[in-house]
Amino acid sequence: MAIARERRRGIVKRTMEYFVQQLINGVTLGSIYGLIAIGYTMVYGIIGMINFAHGDIFMVGSFIALTVFMIMLALGVTALPLILLIVLIVAMIFTSAWGWTVERIAYRPLRGSFRLAPLITAIGMSIVLQNFVQLTQGARVKPLPPQIQGGITLMQGNTDTGAIVVQLSYMQIIIIATTVVLMAAFSTLIAKTELGRAQRACEQDAKMASLLGVNVDRTISLTFVMGAALAAVAGVMFLLYYGVIDFYIGFVAGVKAFTAAVLGGIGSLPGAMLGGLAIGLIETFWSGYFSVEYKDVAAFSILAITLIFLPSGLLGKPEVEKV
Amino acid sequence: MSPASAKPAAPSPTPADATHRWEVDPVLTVEHLTMRFGGLVAVDDLSFNVGRGDITALIGPNGAGKTTVFNCVTGFYKPTEGRIVMRHGRDGGDEAVRKLTESGEPWARTDAGGIFLLERMPDFRISKEAKVARTFQNIRLFSGMTVLENLLIAQHNVLMAASGFTIGGIFNLPGFRAARQAAIDKAVYWLEHTRLIDQADIPAGGLPYGAQRRLEIARAMCTEPHLLCLDEPAAGLNPRETSELNELLEFIRTEEGTSVLLIEHDMGVVMEISDHVVVLDYGEKISDGSAERVRNDPSVIAAYLGVEDEEVAEAEAEAAAAAARAAKAPAEESGDRP
Repeated sequence: MAIARERRRGIVKRTMEYFVQQLINGVTLGSIYGLIAIGYTMVYGIIGMINFAHGDIFMVGSFIALTVFMIMLALGVTALPLILLIVLIVAMIFTSAWGWTVERIAYRPLRGSFRLAPLITAIGMSIVLQNFVQLTQGARVKPLPPQIQGGITLMQGNTDTGAIVVQLSYMQIIIIATTVVLMAAFSTLIAKTELGRAQRACEQDAKMASLLGVNVDRTISLTFVMGAALAAVAGVMFLLYYGVIDFYIGFVAGVKAFTAAVLGGIGSLPGAMLGGLAIGLIETFWSGYFSVEYKDVAAFSILAITLIFLPSGLLGKPEVEKV
Repeated sequence: MSPASAKPAAPSPTPADATHRWEVDPVLTVEHLTMRFGGLVAVDDLSFNVGRGDITALIGPNGAGKTTVFNCVTGFYKPTEGRIVMRHGRDGGDEAVRKLTESGEPWARTDAGGIFLLERMPDFRISKEAKVARTFQNIRLFSGMTVLENLLIAQHNVLMAASGFTIGGIFNLPGFRAARQAAIDKAVYWLEHTRLIDQADIPAGGLPYGAQRRLEIARAMCTEPHLLCLDEPAAGLNPRETSELNELLEFIRTEEGTSVLLIEHDMGVVMEISDHVVVLDYGEKISDGSAERVRNDPSVIAAYLGVEDEEVAEAEAEAAAAAARAAKAPAEESGDRP
């Protein structure tokens, strides 16, 4: 029996359909990682600090989304697009407020102190957020009944052991489309607007930007707000896609997204998107073709190997020593 | 470690025939400025004025504390002691400054402009409100951004307000379009005057050295400063570029009416364009006056040639004797520092 099952899986794995399905799953997962990774990479770019609480901001975002969902359902709102829109907006606003607050109380007072201090408070904030949610929401997983079901059948193939179907679910379409739209909007914001220009200036030389009249503290706050808003979107997507959340999801997703940011070249926006996609794909394909247990090992190994050959990541600029 | 505290004070009689602009209409007044870093006194009880519309040079041997003074004026450092007053108009009399100091406020608007106590203001407000701009000894352009973008960053506050904190900018509202056009026009104006207009869209880091220096000045001018502080603008420039720099500074002073405070080691530049020279040594002022007067001041010569204190006394005695004989004072050029 076991041998037959193994044989069947082997045959399935060799089909084109299986590959395409993994690709779709990987891109979906990568989109979520990419959205979170942007928050890491932007904060690192502007103040050179790893915001370890960012993963937990993402978790808070998904809890806020769940709360809003429950309220909407209790109020008897049934129009799904309306619910989604409201959940997204409310989650973004409230999560941004959390992001802003964390920066204001835990990082800004330590600006200009030694380099490790904000790193330590970041870890502290991460623990605070996790425990806060654990206390107020309980430690058990919170389920959300599937909201968006169904999908498009892209391919259908037959093997000698049975049929195999490639499905692109509506949820996956929503996740990928939202990510693409947000990333495009975000890149434009950074490249074209006053705020984006100020952010890029602070990134290169905050002191000089300040001497030219740019309010650096406010620019940094807005960076945290933007990162948190994107993390909130990721939180909503995660909630809808997996249907269960708990207070601990921020840790795992945070580490993955951080890895994605480093892989893509920390400080680089396109790098964060690419890194997220890469980590999502590596994880999915490794689970699909080799073993689910070792998917994290695979992702981190590839990170290590990449950093050996490209120390500043895929798209990162090497730091130029100023003489 | 205490720097030689027994420096003889510079003789400070002012010629009775001339009232200098820095005495009657100062744009910047530095009073009893002291900056200590632990036990090191970088600037010790320094007072001087910068006249409105003057080009003022701050000179002194290496390590004299010139850059520290700049850093205090532009908010890079908070001075240990002292007051730094910036006046936008002539009516900011001593009485008004005293009132402002007592009120605890960092600045006050007056009919003629405003009075600003720079030591109370964070650096971005010194640029935004008090209108002091500066450049650095080592060039600090945003090298990854284009030349034009560097000049637009300097107009960030105007653009940010016009764009309604980015929202209006996203929707490209007419008010923002006009403000952006004005900002670009101003950038173009300065690019033309610094002969960088052909390089507007290349990354600032890709410019040759002399052009980067000019771009720094253009960027500082885009903040519409009342006082422009330049830290060694001629460093590393060849003679032709230096003379162009002199012309640019003259233009800024005469056409824009911007007062200039510069640190410079190139005595050719200092003597040619400065209306007023302040000399520092070991954080203290050793001479203050017109270029001509400072050039002939024995204590300045001594500081630059690095002689002992006794020799300074001797030199001063000699100078006094020479003055008494109404002969030509030692007209030795104070040499350039390597």
